[in-house]
Amino acid sequence: MRVSLFITCFNDTLFPDTGRAVVTLLERLGHTVDFPLEQTCCGQMHFNTGYQREVVPLVRRFVDTFADSEAVVTPSGSCAGMVRDHYGRMAEVAGDAGLAEAVARLSPRVQELSELLVDTLGVVDVGAYYPHRVTYHPTCHSLRALHVGDKPLRLLRAVRGIDLVELPAASECCGFGGTFALKNADTSTAILSDKLRHVLDTRAEVLTAGDNSCLMHIGGALSRQRTGVRTAHLAEILAATES
Amino acid sequence: MSAEVGFRPEPFPVAARTALADAQLRRNLGKATTTIRAKRAQVVGELDDWEALREAGRALKERVLRHLDDYLEQLEESVTQAGGHVHWARDAAEANRIVAEIVTGHGEREVVKVKSLTTDETGLNEALAAAGVSAWETDLAELIVQLGRDASSHILVPAIHKSRAEIRELFLRTLDVDELTDEPTELAGAARAHLRRKFLSARVGVSGVNFALADSGTVCVVESEGNGRMCVTLPDVLVSVMGIEKVVPTWRDLEVFLQLLPRSSTGERMNPYTSFWTGVADGDGPQEFHLVLLDNGRTDVLADRIGRQTLNCIRCSACLNVCPVYERTGGHAYRSVYPGPIGAILTPQLQGIDRAGSLPFASTLCGACYEVCPVKIDIPEVLVHLRARVVEHAAGTRPVPGPEALSMRALGWVFADRRRYEAAQRAARAGSVTISRHGRIRRLPGPLAAWTEGRDAPTVARQSFRQWWAARGGAR
Repeated sequence: MRVSLFITCFNDTLFPDTGRAVVTLLERLGHTVDFPLEQTCCGQMHFNTGYQREVVPLVRRFVDTFADSEAVVTPSGSCAGMVRDHYGRMAEVAGDAGLAEAVARLSPRVQELSELLVDTLGVVDVGAYYPHRVTYHPTCHSLRALHVGDKPLRLLRAVRGIDLVELPAASECCGFGGTFALKNADTSTAILSDKLRHVLDTRAEVLTAGDNSCLMHIGGALSRQRTGVRTAHLAEILAATES
Repeated sequence: MSAEVGFRPEPFPVAARTALADAQLRRNLGKATTTIRAKRAQVVGELDDWEALREAGRALKERVLRHLDDYLEQLEESVTQAGGHVHWARDAAEANRIVAEIVTGHGEREVVKVKSLTTDETGLNEALAAAGVSAWETDLAELIVQLGRDASSHILVPAIHKSRAEIRELFLRTLDVDELTDEPTELAGAARAHLRRKFLSARVGVSGVNFALADSGTVCVVESEGNGRMCVTLPDVLVSVMGIEKVVPTWRDLEVFLQLLPRSSTGERMNPYTSFWTGVADGDGPQEFHLVLLDNGRTDVLADRIGRQTLNCIRCSACLNVCPVYERTGGHAYRSVYPGPIGAILTPQLQGIDRAGSLPFASTLCGACYEVCPVKIDIPEVLVHLRARVVEHAAGTRPVPGPEALSMRALGWVFADRRRYEAAQRAARAGSVTISRHGRIRRLPGPLAAWTEGRDAPTVARQSFRQWWAARGGAR
């Protein structure tokens, strides 16, 4: 299958390893990955912060960039959620019926990585090897916007060598919330401190998730407090192999 | 809380700081919300048709809101027919004046009250006090709040921020008791002795309304302690104040709501006391009944296509109990009688964006509130919608755009063009190199410094993904 990668501006700039892992993984599974260079940002930050006028051109841009794609995959639950759940509303705000139609055609083809693997490609064991103690944080948007359920966990359980431990109170938010972390930094940190405690309780060496934004948040505190726990995007674990 | 009118309360991030630093409060809240969450999850899990019930509740509320004018007129007619009096109040002041006139018209100086958010919203107690009438709260938690000259911090459990020890101290100070331990039964006993005197002496009762049935004119109050039952049966005169959105068409609809409400709010299959009354009945209960229908901004909420679902709310408080923000800050930080996620969308709509504009931002948009809402209010959707209104409001009132608006505009401009975006990536890389140590950033400049107060920040990658992609020669 030919899969178009929507890397997201965030991963492109800060976490390119995740994008490389998606490419490695999908190519190893026998698929072709393309990367339309005109892509930039899905507009989630603007949308969530109330700057809807700035979102509309980004919706148009996304729709134009991926119009011909058979399947679009993104290693971010919240960006996939932005496209699937909110692009329709943005087309409505723009008052553009053509855009609304284009969004309706494209958005069902946009998937977060675990959805693409399990639902579309029908694979759970991706042949990965990852000899580490790992705990998984299900990000809010993957859980409650995309409803990925246990797909990421099924993928992780099939990884050879992994010591997968359950994260207590896993479904609770980490306190990131995009610009919330800046506007309400104190409350954000208070929420984060509980997430951190749960991560440390697992004695895991690696915290994984399907979204680098949440991992940047939790990972930022893990690093600040010199906990010795590191973060790795789900894609990076699934891309890892023996040798 | 009539104090809400007239001044601009401090914004949420500032108000939250006090609560976040209060160890006792954090402990009380964490413990209480965790307990209620677990109870709710258990009793909701017992029902196979929970999702169907939620959908039924949502659909019923939607129908009520669509035909609100008709249902309200029907309600007025049936209440009047049953011997009650119906009053229409445009705003809080009008509602308070109506109630005060009824009380003073009977020459009374005292009323007993059932816990009611609507009368908290209108600031009825303060208005009655100004008219020389003492309003006695009879719900245990409301009494605690009233005796302590405190403010409610939870829709259902107004004194959730208080521990038993703190309540004991308060009762010793304010009630006529000499000895008291912090055992719940003893605390309740002291309140009971105090309240019993009030129940037996007061000639006017005041309540809110959980549901009012348009077809029969029956009014329903749902509660746990029996104090409400006392208030709506013992006094000669009963005045009930309801938000106009609380009307439901018929008895049959309660089948849905009385399953949704107790399970969502207290985590019980059924609440202990559910009182119904229809107008007045000779020789049985109050001989005079007044129903005050309150708008106070609700028709404006109704006019907003996305915001109107807020009026579905049946005040269960499930959204507060699951909210990661509420669990840490408690209710006072919201500076409103409606705290938590529902307050973050209701308060700005009732009071105006200019007075409560920080509240829609007091959420991580994690979606836990929407997931538990028994009437399926998409709270994150409304939050984001209100954020857009806040941004528009600022754009319309500020002489020049603020720093945030400027950054957002600039970023929008950058993202609108691939070349600009790639240039910005290179610039960010260059900037990040100068401030990073060992691959991490310990201190970010400007408004981003809030991030690095508690967390490190990642450095911008040496090679962006797209640079790597180009270097490897694209698709294979």
